[in-house]
Amino acid sequence: MPADIDIERVAHLARIALTDDERALYGEQLAHIIEHAERVQALPTEGVEPTSHPLPMVNAFRPDVVTESLRREDALAGAPDTQNGYYRVPKILDES
Amino acid sequence: MTDLADLTIAQAGSGLRSGEFTAVDLLAAVERRAAVTEAHLHAYLTLDRSGARTAAEAADATLATGDPRPLLGIPIALKDNMVTRGVETTASSQILAGWKPPYDGTAAIRLKEAGAVIVGKTNLDEFAMGSSTENSAYGPTRNPWNTNTVPGGSSGGSAAAVAVGSALGAFGSDTGGSIRQPASLTGTVGAKPTYGLVSRYGLIAFASSLDQIGPIARTVPDAAALLEAVVGWDPMDATSYNGDLPAISKSLDTGVAGLRIGVVTELSGEGIDPEVLEATMRIVDQLSNAGADVVEISLPAIEYALSAYYLIAPAECSANLARFDGVRYGLRVDGATTEEMMAKTRAEGFGPEVTRRILLGTYALSAGYYDAFYGQAQRVRTLLRNDFASAYGRVDVLVSPTSPTTAFEVGAKTADPLTMYFADICTIATNLAGDPAISVPIGLDDAGLPIGFQIMAPALGEEVMFRVAAEVERLAAFTERPRLATSKVVAP
Repeated sequence: MPADIDIERVAHLARIALTDDERALYGEQLAHIIEHAERVQALPTEGVEPTSHPLPMVNAFRPDVVTESLRREDALAGAPDTQNGYYRVPKILDES
Repeated sequence: MTDLADLTIAQAGSGLRSGEFTAVDLLAAVERRAAVTEAHLHAYLTLDRSGARTAAEAADATLATGDPRPLLGIPIALKDNMVTRGVETTASSQILAGWKPPYDGTAAIRLKEAGAVIVGKTNLDEFAMGSSTENSAYGPTRNPWNTNTVPGGSSGGSAAAVAVGSALGAFGSDTGGSIRQPASLTGTVGAKPTYGLVSRYGLIAFASSLDQIGPIARTVPDAAALLEAVVGWDPMDATSYNGDLPAISKSLDTGVAGLRIGVVTELSGEGIDPEVLEATMRIVDQLSNAGADVVEISLPAIEYALSAYYLIAPAECSANLARFDGVRYGLRVDGATTEEMMAKTRAEGFGPEVTRRILLGTYALSAGYYDAFYGQAQRVRTLLRNDFASAYGRVDVLVSPTSPTTAFEVGAKTADPLTMYFADICTIATNLAGDPAISVPIGLDDAGLPIGFQIMAPALGEEVMFRVAAEVERLAAFTERPRLATSKVVAP
């Protein structure tokens, strides 16, 4: 199965721009790691429930008390680009 | 006279409270030690001199009132994936270069409230992904026992700082062994508590079903004191445990008479260095002589733990690290569209191991593979938990080596990611189970490098875990210090 890793598609899904060399390198390394990870498929697990989380918790509630939240200027202080109190990004939609 | 940087937390606390020296003196000693050793080690990314000075002065004022709290005035270090208000926090990644968080994580808040003096932020494998602290965008940390070797990872900076005395204690995070393995490789004590016992609010997330914050210290009682300062429910972390807390340091002096101890079959044979194994078995014999009932216990599913881990951890990291997108904090590389900006930012900002794991996780979660990989790994996780549950029906704790080898040379495992992954073979299973485990130094190998002994306990079994750890510490009587800590070394 690992032979069919479409590294270009995976990199697109992960939003990481790879060079040709990186695509070749990561493609090969991923195939190698997946080959090892595939060992999990050797274990019979029919009827075994998956564990997604080690605590038997469903919902967690805190007291419904109003507390101070982060100030807007503090929240924006680390952003690369802001305008009028908002995060600023390049265009998302084609304006044609 | 003893250099104050060589004191344990217990010794330093007693000296502070009796007025032998001040918190400012103690901080100065630790900062002097850092000044001498940092050029060799690179344990720290940031030293917060002004913040530490202010905290030490405040501690001295409080000490004068007779305040008996154990961490008051004690200089400690935090791994740089724990956010600290106003102090640069990078997780050793280029993508967070220069980021000064607008808030403190819960562990940092509780340590400050306990009067601890936060010396600085320690180096790690980028986003805690690695076992050697070589995957840092800011350069590797080296092992104070032999600077040609790695300190382990990912909490290698915290472990090296404690080993050499540039902090009396430190905190790290452990997702697959990232506290215990560096503790083992640096001759320090490192504990990963039960999942949920320490709030992760303000811990930069790697794999959320596995990550835990825990202490690194020179002694078992010191590690217990550090852990006790940060445990407990936190409304800011939805996975925080909201029940009765274990009595972590209650039974440190009780000994092991009458306890049942299981030696894990799968972790005491093939794949373990013979010297490490021999030292481990010597301690097991001594525990038996000290009155423990020792049996061998097999955990068959542990053979699959590493494979399951390298599906679950990357899958969760690929989701957690989606937040680093050039919009809200850290690096941005310009692009014509937002999507192009994000892809370029992430390509530039993430190092090779982080990129590899994001890609691996994205693949394992993608349509058509989810059940075969992530789903199957989660079912294996259940089988492993069943193995542990049945083992803990027969014994109180399980023991094994912490690391299959002592410290390896810088560069030895960087070419092939899989060989590095095998460094965590003894530690990963407890993360998958959500259980606590601790590493205690028990001696040196022929090359003069430390060997660690691991004690695992059932969830919330910290009391019995620390009880056995304290006995192992007494039996091993490990008192050696790394050459770099003898304060005769000068900067190159």
